[in-house]
Amino acid sequence: MIDFITNNWPMIVQKSLEHVSLSFTAVILACLIGIPVGFLIVNHDKAARIVIGAANIIQTIPSLAMFAFAMPIFGIGTKPAVFALFLYALLPIIKNSLIGIKNVDPSIIKAARGMGMTKTQIMFKVEIPLAISVIMGGVRIAAVTCIGITTIATLIAAGGLGDLIYRGLSTFNQPMIFTGALLSAVLALIVDFLLGIVEKALTSKGLKD
Amino acid sequence: MIQLQNIVKTYDGTTKIIDNLDLTIEDGEFMVLVGESGCGKTTTMQMINRLVDPTSGTITIDGEDITKMDKIQLRRRIGYVIQQIGLFPHWTIEQNVVAVLSLTSKDTEKNLQVARDLLDKVDLDPDIYASRYPKELSGGQLQRVGVARALANDPDIILMDEPFSALDPITREQLQDEIVRIHDELGKTIIFVTHDIDEAIKVGDRIAVMQEGKIIQCDSAEEILKNPINDFVLNFVGKNRLWKTPDMLSAQDVMVKNFPTIMASRSTAQAIERMANKETLMLCVIENLKKEKKKLVGLVGANRLAGLNDHKTKMTDIMKKDFISVTPETSLTDVINLRNEKGVKYIPVVDEEGLYHGIITNASILNVLSQIMPGTEDY
Repeated sequence: MIDFITNNWPMIVQKSLEHVSLSFTAVILACLIGIPVGFLIVNHDKAARIVIGAANIIQTIPSLAMFAFAMPIFGIGTKPAVFALFLYALLPIIKNSLIGIKNVDPSIIKAARGMGMTKTQIMFKVEIPLAISVIMGGVRIAAVTCIGITTIATLIAAGGLGDLIYRGLSTFNQPMIFTGALLSAVLALIVDFLLGIVEKALTSKGLKD
Repeated sequence: MIQLQNIVKTYDGTTKIIDNLDLTIEDGEFMVLVGESGCGKTTTMQMINRLVDPTSGTITIDGEDITKMDKIQLRRRIGYVIQQIGLFPHWTIEQNVVAVLSLTSKDTEKNLQVARDLLDKVDLDPDIYASRYPKELSGGQLQRVGVARALANDPDIILMDEPFSALDPITREQLQDEIVRIHDELGKTIIFVTHDIDEAIKVGDRIAVMQEGKIIQCDSAEEILKNPINDFVLNFVGKNRLWKTPDMLSAQDVMVKNFPTIMASRSTAQAIERMANKETLMLCVIENLKKEKKKLVGLVGANRLAGLNDHKTKMTDIMKKDFISVTPETSLTDVINLRNEKGVKYIPVVDEEGLYHGIITNASILNVLSQIMPGTEDY
């Protein structure tokens, strides 16, 4: 395996970068859509049930099928892959944003309103800072899930570390399979670790134990 | 001045949470709204900073209709303290104190100085607490911060919604003293909601007792204790309450009103006759003014009449003119102190115009105290 890595070093780096960029694009898009959606549905129980229900259904679709569904719309390549990954990343992000904001102590909001803070000020100065660790928890779950699922994106020619695994499988090249599998696992761990640091930096000292 | 006029609040159109409520709160007044839970006291208070809008009726502050004001600006002019405190856990204590001030004034240095001064005012050492987070403070300390925060914008009005109810009794007492001190010092108008009548009596200038969305009685603590308007108020304040606060009793509550009197122009013979009749050794000497008003001019004791059983000596000749008297409003404690100090047994009650109201005797003091003392039996 060491031989394989040393001999194919540039290719492995390229595949890893593809992998990371696929997952990240999807997660960032999911954050951009998911976090605001989560905030919007906080005060609308009915809308919240519909959105969470829909996201739950998406989550149950097998990933292979999801990539297949995305193909007729986006063709093959990175576009359908990012789209499918984005859908998977949505649920944890929406759900955690919703729960994070919902769990903010209502008396804090009451005090903030009573003192004369506007809704926007309450959201950005109070609700988000207080919910940030829960929201970031959702982002971490989404990122780890996406890095795992991205390995399947090779089937619709989106590249990534899945290429190594599937090519290895078809050519009985065990070092190649292991390298692909191991690297995607290590990537997931590194990303989770880094996001953990971000989460810590964003969380006020007053909220830590 | 805050004026609530004909306020009605209903959520379903039939049940009136607030029912035609009128209330005027003077500048600098400490007004307490007290009542059982669900009586509408918190709703009434929250209408003043428009957290709740009335269904009908008008609320004005210094003559200006608050519905015409910007909600946010209005709230920033009014301090707000709630039972759950509601500090921002992700901000330090000093940031919390100037939470609203920092939205409008970007001068951080100045804001932090304001925060430190206010912490000082609520008896928290800024050097120790300013840069701590709320989780590091006790409940009592947190509510002190809550009070400091309400003062940060230097508002004229402060609303307090059961601010001390969640605290332990000792801390609660301290904070009650503190808020009274702050009120005396800064002269803010305070509207204070509580379900605890003891607290209301302790802190309030005036107390509005509420029931089912109406103000049943709105008076000074003394007046509510002494003259509850109906059985509800009587039961709410508790029948035996006067005993707890003898300070509340004044000379007019203790005095005997129908003590035997005699006109100044009468003779000693008539005085002896009258004493025998009324079985007393003391008479109040009075002069009649018009319209049944009586002026007290002196006191005559049996000792002064000894050997003077005639018709020539008039009361004006022998009565004691330099008697000690108190006004009807003098507190019982002061009366008792005066008795001890001067060694007198009879103290007449005379108002500023010299008009006679009654007289305080040993028996009258005992009588009043035994009436209000709980659990006494008449044998």
